[in-house]
Amino acid sequence: MNSSMRMVLFFFGAAGIALLLVCAFVRLPGPQNLRSRYLKRINDGAVPERNATDAVTAVNFDYRGFDTVGEEFILFVSVMGSMVLLRQASEKRDQPLPDAITPARDVPASDAVRLWILMMVAPKILFGIYIVSHGQLTPGGGFQGGVILASSALIIYVGENFEVFKKILSHPLIETAEGAGAGLFVLIGMIAWFWGRPFLTNTLPLGQTNELTSAGTIPLISLATGLEVTAGFLLLLFAFLQETLTASSE
Amino acid sequence: MILIQLMLLLLVAISGTAVVFARDPSTQPVGIGFFGLILTVMFMAFRAPDVALSQIVIGTVGLPLMILLALAKMRRDAQQRETAEKRPAKEGPAR
Repeated sequence: MNSSMRMVLFFFGAAGIALLLVCAFVRLPGPQNLRSRYLKRINDGAVPERNATDAVTAVNFDYRGFDTVGEEFILFVSVMGSMVLLRQASEKRDQPLPDAITPARDVPASDAVRLWILMMVAPKILFGIYIVSHGQLTPGGGFQGGVILASSALIIYVGENFEVFKKILSHPLIETAEGAGAGLFVLIGMIAWFWGRPFLTNTLPLGQTNELTSAGTIPLISLATGLEVTAGFLLLLFAFLQETLTASSE
Repeated sequence: MILIQLMLLLLVAISGTAVVFARDPSTQPVGIGFFGLILTVMFMAFRAPDVALSQIVIGTVGLPLMILLALAKMRRDAQQRETAEKRPAKEGPAR
């Protein structure tokens, strides 16, 4: 099959998909006249029922909490999978590498970069904690804050090198944190069983709206998710950086 | 507001297409990062700050980083294979 033939076939396929999309989209209601019962239910319910001012987090960690357990374990399993794959590759070459491979990083970062990163790390960690802990009040939550926290360790690697990255983080501790984060989510869900309610029902005291401790289980689940996501991303970074860098710089 | 939204949607279409047409894998993460940034602004304009926050952490940090690291690993593996082929297996590593 030559390329012009392929283009003709692609054109028919693309035109068909475009036609279907246009047909589907003209029937969509605009953002002004959405009349979904679910939307109304959440908008009317999130503050009076859960004392959570961020309805999206309330949906993620409470109304649809069970879906989030699934997502959390998707992340957990994919991190485990990548670690298994990368570890297998690093066990294969236990012998030192041939010396023809140049060290990946023998030029240190410039002073300006290092100073900037030094100034950025603490505010970044603080911002990550803020996003994780204020999930039920403002946009954010465990997932977003977790990535921000993990990336503050990443910029340390950018400014220094993998040795420093390894020095400030303990691999067994991160592994434990990831397992604990995933487990805590499920354990918090089980709290409801003491009251004979279904899994993940928000049975804790709801507190005062607009306070850090409001919304019952939502901030706790947000913290557990934050722990799991931070640790998961750090583990991925660890595995990738170890695989790509240490062997060539040792 | 509608005008800003339309312009952002247009930008999303342009930058998304640009990512597809960047054929060199090492420039693609940069393009994807920019695409993620435009998507973030678009989500903000459509009043979805939660989604925008997820998009900025995944689209401009997580995804380009993972692509870059995977590329670095592949390049190193290829380099390693090349040097392994150059010298006979029985000789063993020199270090």
